[in-house]
Amino acid sequence: MEKKQNFEAPKNKIDRRKFMKWMAAGTAAIGTLSALPGCTGDKIEAYFQKHFKELSPAELDGVLERLQREYKKKYDVEISVNSTPAIEDVLFGYGLDLSRCIGCRRCVYACVAENNQSRNPQVQWIKVLQMEKDKGVDLLHSTPYYEPKKVPEEGHFYMPVQCHHCKNAPCTKVCPVHATWTEPDGIVVVDYNWCIGCRFCMAACPYDARHFNWSEPGIPKEEINPITEYLGNRPRPKGVVEKCTFCIQRVRKGKYPACVEICPVGARKFGNLLDENSEIREIMKNKRVFILKEELNTQPKFYYFYGT
Amino acid sequence: MHFRIFIIGSLKQLFKGPKIYWAWITLLLSLITLGVVSYIGQVNNGLIVTSMRDQVSWGFYIGNFTFMVGIAAAAIMLVIPAYVYNWKPIKEIVILGELLAISAIVMCILFILVDMGHPERFWHMIPFIGWLQLSRSILAWDSVVLIFYLILNSVIAFHILYRAFNIKEYNKKYVIPLVLLSVPAGVAIHTVTAFLYNGMASRPFWNSAILAPKFIASAFCSGPAIMLILFQILRKTTKLQIKDEALWTLAELMAYTMFFNLFLTGAEIFKEFYSNTEHFVYTQYLYFGVEGHNTIVPFGWLAIAFDIIAFVLFLVPKTRKNFITLNIGAVLIYLGVYIEKGIGLIIPGFTPDTLGEIYEYFPSRSEIFITMGIFSFGFLLYTVLLKVAVPIILGEFNYKISEKKN
Repeated sequence: MEKKQNFEAPKNKIDRRKFMKWMAAGTAAIGTLSALPGCTGDKIEAYFQKHFKELSPAELDGVLERLQREYKKKYDVEISVNSTPAIEDVLFGYGLDLSRCIGCRRCVYACVAENNQSRNPQVQWIKVLQMEKDKGVDLLHSTPYYEPKKVPEEGHFYMPVQCHHCKNAPCTKVCPVHATWTEPDGIVVVDYNWCIGCRFCMAACPYDARHFNWSEPGIPKEEINPITEYLGNRPRPKGVVEKCTFCIQRVRKGKYPACVEICPVGARKFGNLLDENSEIREIMKNKRVFILKEELNTQPKFYYFYGT
Repeated sequence: MHFRIFIIGSLKQLFKGPKIYWAWITLLLSLITLGVVSYIGQVNNGLIVTSMRDQVSWGFYIGNFTFMVGIAAAAIMLVIPAYVYNWKPIKEIVILGELLAISAIVMCILFILVDMGHPERFWHMIPFIGWLQLSRSILAWDSVVLIFYLILNSVIAFHILYRAFNIKEYNKKYVIPLVLLSVPAGVAIHTVTAFLYNGMASRPFWNSAILAPKFIASAFCSGPAIMLILFQILRKTTKLQIKDEALWTLAELMAYTMFFNLFLTGAEIFKEFYSNTEHFVYTQYLYFGVEGHNTIVPFGWLAIAFDIIAFVLFLVPKTRKNFITLNIGAVLIYLGVYIEKGIGLIIPGFTPDTLGEIYEYFPSRSEIFITMGIFSFGFLLYTVLLKVAVPIILGEFNYKISEKKN
């Protein structure tokens, strides 16, 4: 109704008076906001936070502390947020034995628990595809939605897919703001505080390895893994992209990724590609290894092989 | 110069108008309100209120963005003959094309903003303040050329109008080079937008060299289609004189560009059909459906049917010069390209997804309301710009007349 009156009597005086009123209201609102204690200061700091790579060591410490405060407030859980540097002379590689995988999806759920993925709506960094033996590796005829009482099912084999940590990664190339990049140890990471949520990387990824937080991630607070990494498994906000980090919070401390550890049949192998005596190099030397979609020249560090 | 009078006079222009003008403004404002309310819902709940998911991670917003980039680029089609060849029938209406480009780019920016998970972090894209990845990201380049094109057209249009308001001829020394620059800039915004999709090897449907030429061809159909209808409205509602000859010439040019567009579409369909590789599945999804998934099949065929009918209507001189068939043709072209560049381009690119899963996407109510809101805002902006520009072009609104009234 107000708008209409305004149109009928377009006198400058009224406009100006209204304008002044709005200005006063705006100033008052900003005043109240900045007077709010604690949390608002953190919010302003978070908004103006620099890119991860541009933070000085002192600034990084400040950011990690602020994040811990934020998580404490949001989840009422003490969460440690770390920033562990890459180990020198290490390039991580992953092997997946297609002849062993039985499609039990324990890796999927170990990953969800370890990496604080959203339970509702479900976000899963690992996708296990069921394939028909007489078709071979055929993505078009595969399905991630198989629900038998017992796996493996007759006539089928299973192909888990997750981030391939490509050497020539199409996802980091397309990011307009450098929010995702390859770390020195070969892990492709995302700065969740810098990602603008344009999802260009998701369109560019040929392995469906990137996932978007379409809504606020739902994680029951008693299920939160409190040992987290800034570039890894710390809880994410809505509206950003996330992905497998080879469990950066574990592997940089010399542990296996959660999916490798949980696998009941030993189908998952992991190690340092630069170490000639590592298991992953043994596999590459002695087994028949292949990569997915080699024609795209993405050069994955995720190798499929037939162990037996 | 009389800047204060210009601003006050322009504001006064906006509040003058017949009932139908106010009805139009009211309609737009209510649709904008609906869009804003829906957008607030999206901000609060996240993009989960859209139908987009990990499998189809771009949808209606990005489709509309792509279409509007084409509309903005098409403004140059009018600019070239008018300035370079000093071609009278079109020259006076070129400014309308430029204002259309401005409104279209503003809509493009809005479509990108509503699609972003964190629009408030837009400053990360500002060079030196944020960290724009110009070295590798096509999206970074797209934002640069779009902003540049917006500034360029705003400067040209404002200069011409402001000079005319002061009853002075525009400064040829600056305007002609800028106009010439806007030609490659118009081609650039569309080419770079095509390259966004084109450069992704993960999506075979887009990874085709024909994409950028096809973008240009279809844009040169849809942009003029809007102008055709707009010119007829303007010459009915204002004293602006636009000769039939100008409209027919436009329509004839559109027939040729539509032929080229259809030819490129045919070339693409042939390649997919005949070679019949695994990559055919995306084309199949658009035109036939895959294993019973056929939500967008009607749209695929509608676009082709609209394009062909409009092409024939504009090619035959008799139907081109008949205003009923001319207008039908313009609407069909608009709708045809809208489907082609929106749903018909984005959705098959994602269906099936990179691991072969089929998720059937169709825009949600929130997406449709927000899109309607952005369209209404674009129309409102264009209406406002025209409300000031047309009287200036007609010589009904300049500093002398405004001073007299005061």
